[in-house]
Amino acid sequence: MDFPKKLTAIQISIKTGEYTLPDLVNSYLNEIEKTSDLNIYLEVWKEEALEKATQIQEKINSGSAGELAGMVIGLKDNICYAGHKVSAASKILEGFESIYSSTVVERLLAADALFIGRLNCDEFAMGSSNEKSAYGPVKNPHDPACVPGGSSGGSAAAVAANTCLVSLGSDTGGSIRQPASFCGVFGMKPTYGTISRHGLIAYASSMDQIGPFANSVEDMSAVLSVMAGADDFDSTLSSNKLDLNANPKKHKIAYLQECFDAEGLDPEVKTAHLTKIEELKAAGHTVEAVSFPYLDQLVPCYNVLSNAEASSNLSRFDGMRYGYRSENAIDLETTYTKSRSEGFGTEVKRRIMLGTFVLSAGYYDAYYSKAQKVRRLIQDKTFEILSEFDFILTPTTPHTAFKIGSHGNDPVAMYLEDIFTVQANLAGVPGISIPLFTHSNGMPFGMQLIANKFEEGKLLQFAEELSE
Amino acid sequence: MYHLHEKYEAVIGLEIHIQLLTNSKAYSNDLNEYGDDPNSNISAITLAHPGVLPRVNEKQLQYAILLGLACECDLREENQYARKNYFYADMPKGYQITQDQTPICTNGFVRLKDADGKEKKVILTRIHMEEDSGKSIHDQDPFNSLIDLNRAGTPLLEMVTEPDIRSSIEAYNFVTEVRKLVRYLEICDGNMEEGSMRCDANISVRERGAAEYGTKVEVKNMNSMRNVQRAIEYEIDRQIEAVENNEEIFHETRSFDAATGSTAGMRSKEDANDYRYFPEPDLLPVYLTQEKIAGVKEIMPPLPHELYNKYTQELKLSDYDAQILTDSKDVALYYEKMIALSSNYKICANWLMGEVKGYLNEKGLHISEFPISAERLVGLIQLIEEGKVSNSIAGQKVFPALLENTDKTAAQIADEQGLVQEDDSDALMGYIKAAIEAYPEKAADYKGGKKGLLGLFMGEVMKRSGGKADPKKTNALLREELEK
Repeated sequence: MDFPKKLTAIQISIKTGEYTLPDLVNSYLNEIEKTSDLNIYLEVWKEEALEKATQIQEKINSGSAGELAGMVIGLKDNICYAGHKVSAASKILEGFESIYSSTVVERLLAADALFIGRLNCDEFAMGSSNEKSAYGPVKNPHDPACVPGGSSGGSAAAVAANTCLVSLGSDTGGSIRQPASFCGVFGMKPTYGTISRHGLIAYASSMDQIGPFANSVEDMSAVLSVMAGADDFDSTLSSNKLDLNANPKKHKIAYLQECFDAEGLDPEVKTAHLTKIEELKAAGHTVEAVSFPYLDQLVPCYNVLSNAEASSNLSRFDGMRYGYRSENAIDLETTYTKSRSEGFGTEVKRRIMLGTFVLSAGYYDAYYSKAQKVRRLIQDKTFEILSEFDFILTPTTPHTAFKIGSHGNDPVAMYLEDIFTVQANLAGVPGISIPLFTHSNGMPFGMQLIANKFEEGKLLQFAEELSE
Repeated sequence: MYHLHEKYEAVIGLEIHIQLLTNSKAYSNDLNEYGDDPNSNISAITLAHPGVLPRVNEKQLQYAILLGLACECDLREENQYARKNYFYADMPKGYQITQDQTPICTNGFVRLKDADGKEKKVILTRIHMEEDSGKSIHDQDPFNSLIDLNRAGTPLLEMVTEPDIRSSIEAYNFVTEVRKLVRYLEICDGNMEEGSMRCDANISVRERGAAEYGTKVEVKNMNSMRNVQRAIEYEIDRQIEAVENNEEIFHETRSFDAATGSTAGMRSKEDANDYRYFPEPDLLPVYLTQEKIAGVKEIMPPLPHELYNKYTQELKLSDYDAQILTDSKDVALYYEKMIALSSNYKICANWLMGEVKGYLNEKGLHISEFPISAERLVGLIQLIEEGKVSNSIAGQKVFPALLENTDKTAAQIADEQGLVQEDDSDALMGYIKAAIEAYPEKAADYKGGKKGLLGLFMGEVMKRSGGKADPKKTNALLREELEK
């Protein structure tokens, strides 16, 4: 049977008895099995998902089901769910089981969503290709020779491979939007402070946000509205109520000239966007090129700040209270050094060391303080543009998904994957990748729209309009 | 050493850690309770499990404002939190949440007496908010160190002074004043032995009149007021001796050993951690509004120096009396209740410092457990003032009865037990006449100049009146009668 890829359609089919929720879950489980070569799931909660499906089916039958009944969700392996393993795709948390649930999991469960498994990602969400997982790379469902993007590569691939309806990822520098573009699905990073980070294993606290992957704007909207809102456990949350309703109108859109002039921008990606821009103009929208002079500063600024925060956030993985402890440890010092050296992967250690360096006495001003000042400039410029325009438009990524292993050991080339996405994280504004295009190489790629803080409603409405 | 103390001057700055008496921890809802079973007040947040976030305890903020106002500090409007990064087994997050560039209080002072008993103000560089670490226990298991994380996350205020202190006695007095202050404010129990108040000292010596400071040494592990004084005394002598012998003083941290009374090197400051402070991204800055500060001002209790000044200047009590009365907040508040009812300030103070304290000391009680309310005690003092009972009857008969019968007033007791003095002159004259008649020869001797015999007649009158005769009146009438 062919199952629809939209919650409202699923809910209607289940209500009319076309199929049951356990049927649907079984179909996802089949797809998971069929695509197991892609290494998308680190763990499938098969029994539990089927049991839960039966319970929710009963609720549907009795008319007491929550608004997300019928929605099957995959969880990125850095979001905590009580009684379930969570490892951030790292050896250092191998076998670790969370004793509490993240706020997003609590809220989605309360709305009768169902979790099917935990999804592979780059270790501690550090990476742009999902090659940095301690549990092996994820392969792109459109071409298994290619990466799915990262760090939420498993989450993007899970939706693209039709193994769940929606998945959750986290986005610190593009970790939702970039893989969404590579895998041809919708991916959104909400405004910083919209969705509780309680239960999200921290990478860079001032930029991390949980967000959804989906096949439709409608489902993104449904899952966002359940997850968003103030939470006692996260004091960085805004008290602003997320308004997801917006009416269609003729928008004023800025595209960043420097992005389109950027070296390394695939000509087809460029042409596709410029053509889209002409279509938008023809449809009555105003689209103008604006200058964004900080394009070259985006990634270095992001790296300094995210690594600094990461070096501190990852200190708790010390082999003392939980997680991996080296068998070679003989005292306190070697418990730290050996457990961490053996437990963390190369990329994580690189970032911890860089972060420690930029915060250390004598280098703090030259790196950390300066990066904070640059961040302020980037924020100011972004808000200046967004005070005049409804959206900023860029390609999500400069090119389509690259071949596994092609970035070799060049971390800088990998860091530049985030060049168009980190702006939204540094400024704390929402961004979405809309799966609009297919390259002549057969791979999908997306267009990114960025809006002002708390304008998710406007962003989603326009994304819907664009993808029709 | 005496002449050397004349030649050298000690320069001392103190850091005081004040553990706050809040119900929950600084950044989580876990209980903040001393003495519970090890590792019983630890949730995922205290344990620093993956994905947990801190949240600010409003009480810590309130207590910081209280202490800041009490020390007349400048209060900062925008308060940022910072992370202080270092690894230790009892530090679950690998960093401590504290304040770095933006301490909540700056530029206050603490009043104290210097070594010569003169008023002095020690300037506070800052007071900031932070959290405590857990406890490492090294002496209970021969093979392992044990970790108790109950204390991890306990809210602290850290008070840092300028190098304004010049002697161990001054340091002792400073710590005494701070302890008194936090107890008045009821933000900390001030118990140094249990570690709820901890003091580290930065000590250097220099020749008197020198412009430059000497090399400073940090001394830790002084877990009582007395040990603060002993450790500083020892360290000053050690440093003077080193300077005299042309030995180098190392910039280091030393630990005080209470058993030997000496300090020993722990670690060089060159090996010190680079704490890599940076703004805590998990907590937004907290803003102190004028309303919030005004709200805290409303719950500000009277402060010891305010009461001291009131007692010495308005009530004209001696410095000594004022000191004793203000040492403990509860005693001072009892006294405040008394003087709200009686203007006989000195007599109230005498009773409180005499009979009341004596009773409490004897029974080992705190004034909160004292069975006589301020109202009832003032009732007794009024009986004395009105001449209805004598001082001695009050102390020997009425006071013990007040202790026994907590529902009765002094006047009721005096009435019931027939202790009210008779000032009926006729009755008194009857006793006097009877007394003189009983000893005619002694009366003649008195008249002849043996004035010392007055005591005998006084005693006789008292005996006949059953102790109720007003001694003053009796004395006057008796003299008159004997002279006739």
